[in-house]
Amino acid sequence: MQRREVVVIGAGPAGLSAAIEAAGNGVDVVVFDENDRPGGQLFKQIHKFFGSKEHRAMERGFNIGKDLLEEAKSLGVSVVLNAVVLGIYENGVMNVVLNDRIEEVKGERILVATGASENMVPFPGWTLPGVIGAGAAQTMTNIHGVRPGSRLLMVGSGNVGVVVSYQMVQAGCEVVAVIDAAPKVGGYGVHAAKIARQGIPFFLSHTVKEAHGAGRVEGATIIQVDDKWKPVPGTEKHFEVDTICVAVGLTPMTKLLGMSGCKMTYIPVLGGAVPVHDRDQRTSIPTTYVAGDVSGIEEASTAILEGRIAGLAIARSLGYLEDGAFLSRREELLNSMAGLRDGPHGIARREAKELINAAVQG
Amino acid sequence: MRIEEHPILGTFEKGKTVKFTFDGKTMEGCEGEPIAMALRARGVIIHRYTTRRNEPRGVFCAIGRCTDCIMVVDGVPNVRTCVTPLREGVDVRTQMGKGPERMQG
Amino acid sequence: MADHLSKKGYISDEELKLGSGVPSEQRRRRGPVAVIECIEAIPCNPCESSCKARAIFVGADITHPPELFEDKCIGCLSCVPICPGQAIFVVDESYSDQRASVTMPYEFSPLPEKNEVVTALDRSGQVLGDATVKAVRKTKKMDRTALVTIEAPREWSMKARAFRLKR
Repeated sequence: MQRREVVVIGAGPAGLSAAIEAAGNGVDVVVFDENDRPGGQLFKQIHKFFGSKEHRAMERGFNIGKDLLEEAKSLGVSVVLNAVVLGIYENGVMNVVLNDRIEEVKGERILVATGASENMVPFPGWTLPGVIGAGAAQTMTNIHGVRPGSRLLMVGSGNVGVVVSYQMVQAGCEVVAVIDAAPKVGGYGVHAAKIARQGIPFFLSHTVKEAHGAGRVEGATIIQVDDKWKPVPGTEKHFEVDTICVAVGLTPMTKLLGMSGCKMTYIPVLGGAVPVHDRDQRTSIPTTYVAGDVSGIEEASTAILEGRIAGLAIARSLGYLEDGAFLSRREELLNSMAGLRDGPHGIARREAKELINAAVQG
Repeated sequence: MRIEEHPILGTFEKGKTVKFTFDGKTMEGCEGEPIAMALRARGVIIHRYTTRRNEPRGVFCAIGRCTDCIMVVDGVPNVRTCVTPLREGVDVRTQMGKGPERMQG
Repeated sequence: MADHLSKKGYISDEELKLGSGVPSEQRRRRGPVAVIECIEAIPCNPCESSCKARAIFVGADITHPPELFEDKCIGCLSCVPICPGQAIFVVDESYSDQRASVTMPYEFSPLPEKNEVVTALDRSGQVLGDATVKAVRKTKKMDRTALVTIEAPREWSMKARAFRLKR
């Protein structure tokens, strides 16, 4: 059995940031990731980030990803790819698939930073080839340089929906419309405005009635919904499209946490079932920490800060940090976080996080 | 369907051009890119047909989670083509249901 | 979020007037000046930190929508490419008697060329008409966001916010 001080699961923004903060304080850290490339979803983020300088605002996500990787490497963090963690058992022992073998690894501390998966909304024809996740569309255009199709309908007007719509136009696709069952645009107004001025219409209070096509998507019919989400007959509109992108939210990937016995709670604004955790990102299992989307759906910039806080707390719990140094650094990180969890888009997340933090004691 | 010049990313660094077969037809793609991307660049988006209803399926998540894009690759069924790198000479086939029952080799 | 923006995806003229980032007509006639079309409380302040003239205020609470001090703004363009929301434009109504110039961020391929005639679009993507490209700027600091200046009839100066290539 391999023994490590800290095992981080997931080499996305949260996991890498935690590894950097812990290793920077002298902790031995290994990061496992099931993919064949590190960075999680950061390398798909080609837009400039919001925030302020300390959050690396106005930098593009993929550049932040490159820097995180370099910093982790320079601190001696080992990032192991194609490493699937199958389960976490008692006393921090886990099974990991490494080079086609299942090996036992024990971490004195474990940080779960497994991210999230995309939600789906069912409609007749939803399984036709050509119906894809918005994240899939981003992977195709921004990682592999392949267009998902030529004419797209975007379902969902949250930040993912509006940002990916813009990126599809950048990739040379035509976006025929952005629709949302909600009566208001869910994402930032400035993101919506970028695509509105390209002539892309928003159909709010609309849902997909049906995707059409023989063997693959050839069109989509949308329909208006009333204030009880019931379709209004006679309001159908038809679009000839070869691709329907679905951006209807994300769900935290909490399976490893659930099976290891972490206390969970259900908070819709954070994406569903999330692990209860304190302000140091520590779960109900004292040696297990969480950071990023797995602990509640937010943004890459908040994931980075949560990772930093978790890494710092782990370093202190292992005795690598004096209380004074810990408290002042933590305050700095928490203040930075408070700046991001504010405004009409952030307050609900801040309140939900406070609720979760309180649930630890209860 | 490939992006020649991207306003932010410029040109894409791809592997060398390799030949592979899709349902017996020779095709070209870039070495190392996911098989699903090489197929999509050629307009192929149907990867398999379901067992009971014989319905077509293709890529949904593109990051190895949903398994909708599985195909028969070099005789092995249930290969997630969105995360399996393309190699020279690989034999890719549309998967019918659960795929071939007896694996070769 | 403001009503029109949240229903249509773009700011109405009325919503824009209520915002704190729009210079007066008097100021626009005097020469190039920033028009900040950011009216929503989102956590962001690169516009403030990029402004050497200290003409933009966000403050310690970074969700505060930017305020423009029009007399301090020198129309230097620094804030245009750094805005992650691409919500800042520089308008110059002193361009000539009848014409104005509008500088906007542009992140599509290919770039237009100088003196190329393009189709100007308003905030909803509706066609306004022909405009001429007067400058295309792209430096390393802009990090792949180009700045394109178009010349158009003066009455479009507060309308034209995008363009389409004719080719």
